[in-house]
Amino acid sequence: MDEEYDVIILGTGLTECMLSGILAVEGKKVLHIDRNDFYGGECASLNLTQLYQRFRPGTTPPTELGRDRDYNIDLIPKFLMEGEGLVKVLVYTDVIRYLEFNAIATSMVLCQGSIYKVPSTAAEALSSSLVGLMQKPRARTFFNFLKNWNQDDPKTHEGLDLNRDSMAKVYAYFSLNEDTQEFIGHAMALHLDDKYKERPARETCDRVIMYANSAARAMEGKRDSPYIYPLYGLGDLPQAFARLSAVYAGTFMLNTPVDEIVCADDGSFAGVRSGDQVARAKIVIGDPSYFQDRVRKTGRVIRAICLLRSPIPSAKADSAQIILPQRQTGREHDIYITCLSEAQKICPKGCWIASVSTIAETTGDAKNEIAAALKLLGPIEQIFVSDSDVFEPLADGTKNSVFVSRSYDATSHFETVYEDVKDLYRRITGKDLVLQKRQPTA
Amino acid sequence: MAEHQSGAGSAAQKSGRPRKLVFKVVLLGESAVGKSSIVTRFTRDEFNQYKESTIGAAFLTKEIAIDASNTVNLNIWDTAGQERYKSLAPMYYRNAEAAVVVYDITQAASFERAKSWIKELQRQAEPNIIIALAGNKTDLADRRTVSKEEGAAYAATAGLLFFETSAQSGENVGELFVSLAKKIPWPAEPVASAAGAQSVNLAAGRSGNAAAQNDCAC
Repeated sequence: MDEEYDVIILGTGLTECMLSGILAVEGKKVLHIDRNDFYGGECASLNLTQLYQRFRPGTTPPTELGRDRDYNIDLIPKFLMEGEGLVKVLVYTDVIRYLEFNAIATSMVLCQGSIYKVPSTAAEALSSSLVGLMQKPRARTFFNFLKNWNQDDPKTHEGLDLNRDSMAKVYAYFSLNEDTQEFIGHAMALHLDDKYKERPARETCDRVIMYANSAARAMEGKRDSPYIYPLYGLGDLPQAFARLSAVYAGTFMLNTPVDEIVCADDGSFAGVRSGDQVARAKIVIGDPSYFQDRVRKTGRVIRAICLLRSPIPSAKADSAQIILPQRQTGREHDIYITCLSEAQKICPKGCWIASVSTIAETTGDAKNEIAAALKLLGPIEQIFVSDSDVFEPLADGTKNSVFVSRSYDATSHFETVYEDVKDLYRRITGKDLVLQKRQPTA
Repeated sequence: MAEHQSGAGSAAQKSGRPRKLVFKVVLLGESAVGKSSIVTRFTRDEFNQYKESTIGAAFLTKEIAIDASNTVNLNIWDTAGQERYKSLAPMYYRNAEAAVVVYDITQAASFERAKSWIKELQRQAEPNIIIALAGNKTDLADRRTVSKEEGAAYAATAGLLFFETSAQSGENVGELFVSLAKKIPWPAEPVASAAGAQSVNLAAGRSGNAAAQNDCAC
């Protein structure tokens, strides 16, 4: 490692591995280090031994849980949608060839104490009991408005300016009530709280359109939900991008402690020291855990990994997402439940892994905050609860060439991760990320 | 790979039509034992002595005729250097039907390392993986430090195929992969990707877009 590189990357989370792959393909000489002996950092998928080491240090998994290698348990639960940016990157970089995706069987939402299937298309939404009878024609008008929207044709705008008008104003324009707003904002646009209503409507409308497009593709494939998931766990995503980087001559060193970020007298980045070795480079990219004095805490996320012996009673399927909108549980933030099983090759037969996540609102017992979700899961054999701080960088890195990524948030999708990748790329290179389609090599 | 297998499923076998399967083969071994050179020799019949490492080739493919009517496509995965600091991802081993573990007959240490790679495979890979042990660089036999008998004896006790090869001259390289391909059991039934769950082909759904538009301002 005693060498000169263009870029040193610390941590093998998805954000870091995507940048590693993208920069290596562009011809940068990359050194990629992780202190752990596995890929994925905070968004790794762990086997049983790793899971117990992390949550119950000094204990070993009970033998009845079976073979270690049959488990790939995500530390951070998320699903993908076909229309989202990350999927575009997977396709354009050809990283998709290392991965295999399955459809998530069902997507559900809690409403007034009952669990309903989330309609996957506008047509289905209009026949669902989630949208009230009186609201159906109004919701139809809103979905048609989005469908026909053309940025260049003011006639399609109906006097609304999506870049300036708030989503609340758009809802009011179409006379959509609280229930319909909740369905659109939380089950389709996947907002975690209601603050989005005061922001310009563009963000929410784009997300509803992305959801609708993904759902339409799912319909074509006769799938019941717009969500997809990589077999063997989300940890395969960083691994696949790491392989792309390695194929383009990136050097990978796992199990390598980072003892010091070496800076020049003017404070700019010079290198990374591990033991008595120093690797030098022009810039460094890394996750917050490598730069604890250069980040600030923005909140906390509660996550619980639950091992079940039967599927969630209200969603008897190999896989499911259940959204508990904040209004339904009396909280400020939604709670998400994801459930996966042997079908996704993340655990052995006869086992289901449910993950519950939300943004922390109190400093009390983390389990209390997610109690409403836990009681939906049926009998829980093992539960591993984490309460993690969420960090963002103090500076954008352009002054000292130290580029720090954001922690993974509580959202159920990868849009914020992709935004961070684009943003970091812009800060690092001074230009926008434009992906060139790679010609398949084989 | 599953989709290729299901495409060539049991219906084809019953009707006697030719089958064509795709198998994943992974390469393992210490750096500089000639892993990439063996693949390049096999897939392109080329050898470049001064080549440092493989850049830009994710994996190489070669079609092998197993008999008069059946063919196998070998997708050969190179380590891309990730073995150097013991940083190979679990994804690398996953679902590999076969592995070639390479050592350099002039470097006794690389033979010891090969043995530990085989243990690693037995721990990480599919239990029924077919493994071949390859003692490479027979063109440098005058500098040999690992005897052929030593290699063969270890392979026999560990239940591995064994060849001594030269990526430089091409000796035994073809034989190695053909023997390996012939030893991989063919699935009798189409392999479903997972019980009851639907697989999603993202790349296919987008090929139209990608062809029409080469850049993606994401």
